[in-house]
Amino acid sequence: MFRQAKNGKLMIEILPDKCDFCGCCVGVCPEDAIELKEAEIFIIDKRCTNCAKCVWSCPIEVIRFNKEGVSL
Amino acid sequence: MKIEYDIIVVGAGPAGSMAARFAAEKGVSVLMLEKDRDVGYPVRCGEAISKAGVEEFISSDEKWITAHINKFSLNSPDGSEAVVEFNDAGYVLERRIFDYELAKTAANAGAEILTRAYVNGLLIENDKVCGVKYEYRGEQKELKAKIVIGADGVESRIGRWAGLKTHIHFKDMECCAQVTASNIKIDSDTLYFYFGQQYAPGGYFWVFPKGKNIANIGLGVSGMVGKKRSALSYLNNFMDNNYPAAPVLTSIAGGVPSTVTLKKISSPGIMLVGDAARQVNPLSGGGIASGMIGGSIAGRIAGEAVKMNKLDHILTYDKAWHERLGKRHETFERIKNGIYNFSDEKFNKISHSFNKIPKDKRTLGRLFTTALINQPSLLVDIAKVFVI
Repeated sequence: MFRQAKNGKLMIEILPDKCDFCGCCVGVCPEDAIELKEAEIFIIDKRCTNCAKCVWSCPIEVIRFNKEGVSL
Repeated sequence: MKIEYDIIVVGAGPAGSMAARFAAEKGVSVLMLEKDRDVGYPVRCGEAISKAGVEEFISSDEKWITAHINKFSLNSPDGSEAVVEFNDAGYVLERRIFDYELAKTAANAGAEILTRAYVNGLLIENDKVCGVKYEYRGEQKELKAKIVIGADGVESRIGRWAGLKTHIHFKDMECCAQVTASNIKIDSDTLYFYFGQQYAPGGYFWVFPKGKNIANIGLGVSGMVGKKRSALSYLNNFMDNNYPAAPVLTSIAGGVPSTVTLKKISSPGIMLVGDAARQVNPLSGGGIASGMIGGSIAGRIAGEAVKMNKLDHILTYDKAWHERLGKRHETFERIKNGIYNFSDEKFNKISHSFNKIPKDKRTLGRLFTTALINQPSLLVDIAKVFVI
């Protein structure tokens, strides 16, 4: 199953295995679309607009675009 | 645990602990919730603080001081160094112990603390916050409170749920990557800063001593820079060039909301403190001392509000914060914007000019004056915040 790119825009993917759970992405997300626990992180699918602000603000390159859509 | 509290504080960092402590000192019931297993860990911070910033709240204690700081070394791209000397200016902390001790002062004042409690929503009635929803060891729970204080850090969501606009523009987010490394031979009384395109465009790179040849090394860059290149790649580059063989003890990412305080930091039933309220000094990126001040003001006002049975009293917090530090942070923000985007040549020139000043007159105020000599409007700001 794939989360398809909305309106043909790029999709965003968090790589939880590489994440430090620092919260930069949560702070900059205009849609409150990222859930961050002690050592667990995921995008709230229905809120994400693929704006990419989280990708730009991730200090350690853990969030990235995935043009093909992200497998759930 | 009680079934209801006067005040719930979300987040047990320095700001949260001070909010809990100052509220509890008013004799009201306080619970502080922390999502992580431990208070004080993980550490996402350069760990430097002024002595005055600490001692307003806790007596200095060698068990959380790793280095006593007397000097700043400011390094320009061409390798020239400007040194500013202070007398007994501050410390590099061991945050994991420091935060823990701060939480203990809250506990000693009567606050209860619960770790592993992840707040994931607010209880709201008639447009007023009246408690929290949280997950504790896999169970979803609710808890009522007269006042909720959000000390949930840079990733704060509590304010948003209460209708406060807390999301931070990505250009104002200082995205940080840092390590603690050993075999770093630097002066143990000096904070080292590096400026320039190769180190941290629009931000700074830090090497802070933690004693015994251990250092906290890292950098912060704006999300604007992060669009092109990540903080991590700057850090790796620096370590490869300067300390290729240094054993790395910890490695972590972090974020600093480097801007002025939010326009609104209280609303019926809710107050925000620390990074959640954007109470960071936007010039230095330091947020421990200012977060503790914000937390203490919020805690005191919240405690008073409950005691007086006049919950609207919490709305006086915005003004109290603004007068104590918020206004000053606006000045810092203007200075920051003045030096943001300086070219490498400009940094070199400042360093050379500064080093022509007699040694005993090389103060931080003089340094900023040298840097901003062509922007007279900002010199007034510098005079306001630095003793020249």
